[in-house]
Amino acid sequence: MEELKATCETIQYIVIRLGDEQYGIDIKYVDNILRMQNITRVPKVAPYLKGVINLRGEVLPVMSIRIKMGLEEDVATKSSRIIVIKMEQQGMIGIIVDEVKEVVTLDVDQIEKAAYDSKEDKDNFISGIGKCEGSLISLLDLSLVVPEIS
Amino acid sequence: MDVSQYLEIFLDETNEHLQNLNTQILSLEQEPDNMDTINEIFRAAHSLKGMAGTMGYKRMQTLTHDMENVFSEVRNGNITVKASMIDILFQCLDALEEYNTNIRESADEGTNDNEPLIKELNNILNGGVAEEKAVAPVQATASVGAGTGSAEPAANVDDASKKWLGIQLGESEKTVLKEALNQGKKVYGFTVRVFESCILKAARAFLVFKAVEEFGEIVHSEPSAQDIEDEKFDLDFSLIVITDAPLDKVLQAAKSVSEIEDVIGDTYTISDKASPVGADTESGKAENAESTESVKEEQKKEEPVKAEVAAKEHPKEKSASAEATVAAAPAVQQAPSKNEKKPAANKPVVNRTVRVDIEKLDTLMNLVSELIIAKNSLVSASATVEGNASSEVNNQIEYLESVTTSLHESVMKVRMVPIESVVTKFPRMIRDLSKKLDKKMELYMSGEETELDRTVVDEIGDPLMHLLRNSADHGLESAEVRKERGKPEAGSIFLDAYQDGNNVVIEVRDDGNGIDTEAVKNKAIERGVVTPEQAELMNDKEIIDLLFNAGFSTAKTVSDVSGRGVGLDVVKSKIEALSGEVEVKTKLGEGSTWIIRLPLTLAIIQALMVVIGNEKYAISLGSIQTIEDIPTEEVKLVQNKEVIQLRDLVIPLIRLNEILDIQSTKDPNENLIVVIVKKGDKLAGLVVDELIGQQEIVIKSMGKYINKCKIISGATILGDGEVALILDTNTLF
Repeated sequence: MEELKATCETIQYIVIRLGDEQYGIDIKYVDNILRMQNITRVPKVAPYLKGVINLRGEVLPVMSIRIKMGLEEDVATKSSRIIVIKMEQQGMIGIIVDEVKEVVTLDVDQIEKAAYDSKEDKDNFISGIGKCEGSLISLLDLSLVVPEIS
Repeated sequence: MDVSQYLEIFLDETNEHLQNLNTQILSLEQEPDNMDTINEIFRAAHSLKGMAGTMGYKRMQTLTHDMENVFSEVRNGNITVKASMIDILFQCLDALEEYNTNIRESADEGTNDNEPLIKELNNILNGGVAEEKAVAPVQATASVGAGTGSAEPAANVDDASKKWLGIQLGESEKTVLKEALNQGKKVYGFTVRVFESCILKAARAFLVFKAVEEFGEIVHSEPSAQDIEDEKFDLDFSLIVITDAPLDKVLQAAKSVSEIEDVIGDTYTISDKASPVGADTESGKAENAESTESVKEEQKKEEPVKAEVAAKEHPKEKSASAEATVAAAPAVQQAPSKNEKKPAANKPVVNRTVRVDIEKLDTLMNLVSELIIAKNSLVSASATVEGNASSEVNNQIEYLESVTTSLHESVMKVRMVPIESVVTKFPRMIRDLSKKLDKKMELYMSGEETELDRTVVDEIGDPLMHLLRNSADHGLESAEVRKERGKPEAGSIFLDAYQDGNNVVIEVRDDGNGIDTEAVKNKAIERGVVTPEQAELMNDKEIIDLLFNAGFSTAKTVSDVSGRGVGLDVVKSKIEALSGEVEVKTKLGEGSTWIIRLPLTLAIIQALMVVIGNEKYAISLGSIQTIEDIPTEEVKLVQNKEVIQLRDLVIPLIRLNEILDIQSTKDPNENLIVVIVKKGDKLAGLVVDELIGQQEIVIKSMGKYINKCKIISGATILGDGEVALILDTNTLF
């Protein structure tokens, strides 16, 4: 991994995998990364809300980003992880991902803003695209991923 | 002086005093010449003044000072309590309340001088004094203090205020004094009076002690040094001092302490007539001991006797026996006032308390919750271990279980406060309402000592206030109507609180008109809450439930008493937010009862764990009536809905697996396990697949994301770390 450039010009992302695609989550929102565990289903809620888990004695809701994006249902594997996201206003929520790959530091000029006219469903969750060592990372806009609180 | 750190204590205590004043003035209105009440009021006003003064709240101090003056006169019998005066006093309390609110918000008392009120108070004062002036001008000033008025004739002052003369010395102290006299030292007695306005009496007394100790040794003080330090004295205290210095010097030093009104001192003579040479015989000692003993006994009975005996005991005193009888006279006057004051001065420290930030208690409660979870996991872990080897482990776990349960109970109790703090303001409110609505009414309260979780108590005030107002305004009829109906002219409102199992019940009851269901129905139709057709089909209970609909007020006119701001819907939602419920029972013409039922605690409950499909759920034990084993053939269909018949009751069946979208794992031909739950007086049978057992569970919030699911009231963490959901059975009805 390249050396950390501690300027405000760079942002660190956790790179995750969903299916064959790579996504980046801004590290400042990540509280914790957990191994997959038994999720207690909650009835009568939106399908992407998979249920709740026990996070160090507190009850944490867990959502499936796949279902939210309209992808097929998650299949729990050895590499599946739950990323605990902490948003300032809404509180904590866990997001199920297929794999957590690495942490990258992107310079601002390595990030390409998302095109506004893209109408495709899953693009709605993306704030930009990062280019890193030849591969492309879709940068998730968490405020779009995480459900609104009613 | 920076007093900001005391602000919180000041506000708390001010609240308490105001609360107290409210209660006391109310009872004063009932019995205008109850001396205890008057004294209590005086004390509260005095403390308030002192506190406000210390904190630098001048306006508050001025107002309380004037109030105190009025009470002082009342106490002395120069002013009689009149209705108009009570009104003004209540206005003063409101004004003080306002100061307090201002201070709470901005640490500043505001700029309202409340001059009209002060003027009124002074009018009372002047009026009172003017009336009585001719009768007892001296008494008025004399008895304000501790009964040792400076305006009394000089001859009396001497002995009456030389309180040290009354001091009973122990044998050892006498020996010390004699020893000192033998060494050629002098023994003086002093009585020190502090100014009535003095705020830090104990501190002043301390300074006097210090000043006197520069010259010699304090052998005895009355009251004891400890009591003086704790401010357990009125306005004076007496000392007996051994010193080499002349009397004048010591007096001078003591007087130089500020806020000391006067120091009287003279040579002290040991009461058993012992000459300085120490020629007393054994028999003389014995005699003396006997006399002191008898004196002590008599003293308990009657103050004047003591004065007399004391006078007799000092025959060598420059004042002769003729004067001694004079001295007894003021003592007689003194006696009653002293007796009344005693409870104040030596107020026993009944409950020693510590003020604790509620957040700290919350943290403690959370830790206890964690502990219970950990204990639960031990229990389930030990269940997986087989064989006898684990019996010791089981013993220990059982022990741990009992400890955690009592720990939880104690922490819960710490958080519990009596509802008194909320309800004490209600008598005053009803009194004001009575005047405003021009209806006679009385509030009877019981069970003020019932305790509830602090957070619940804080929230319950508004709903209760609304229900009381509702009863006063809509419930009670006007005096004329009441007369016609043969009811006593004054309406009665009852506020009863009591504990019922794991719940606390608060009832607001009135003997008024009751709820007119026809009026409610018409109003509901008029407001468009229900259609006339719907209304026809509704029974009385359903109609009454309409009252809890948003924006429903049956009062024909919106008075400023009720029908503004909070409606019954707010009452209901507030109580439901506290996991409580509210119901109403009413009989037209006879009155209504509003029943609020609240859980004792919100955080930890006893629950029945059940299995549905492959999921575990918790059902609060509080809502469970019974558990039944029902053969499938006993399930009947009524209006295409499943019901069972149980001891003559037809109970609807609710198949939880259908409601919760789970595939049941049970053989459909097997007997059904039915958990009968109740809500109010309704019952329902919940069909579950399996019972696990009773467990103490810690309720955890599910967070903000998952709140759409009404059936689930929360979640809990089981012993194995899994999360189980808690069913809110109330939503199933």
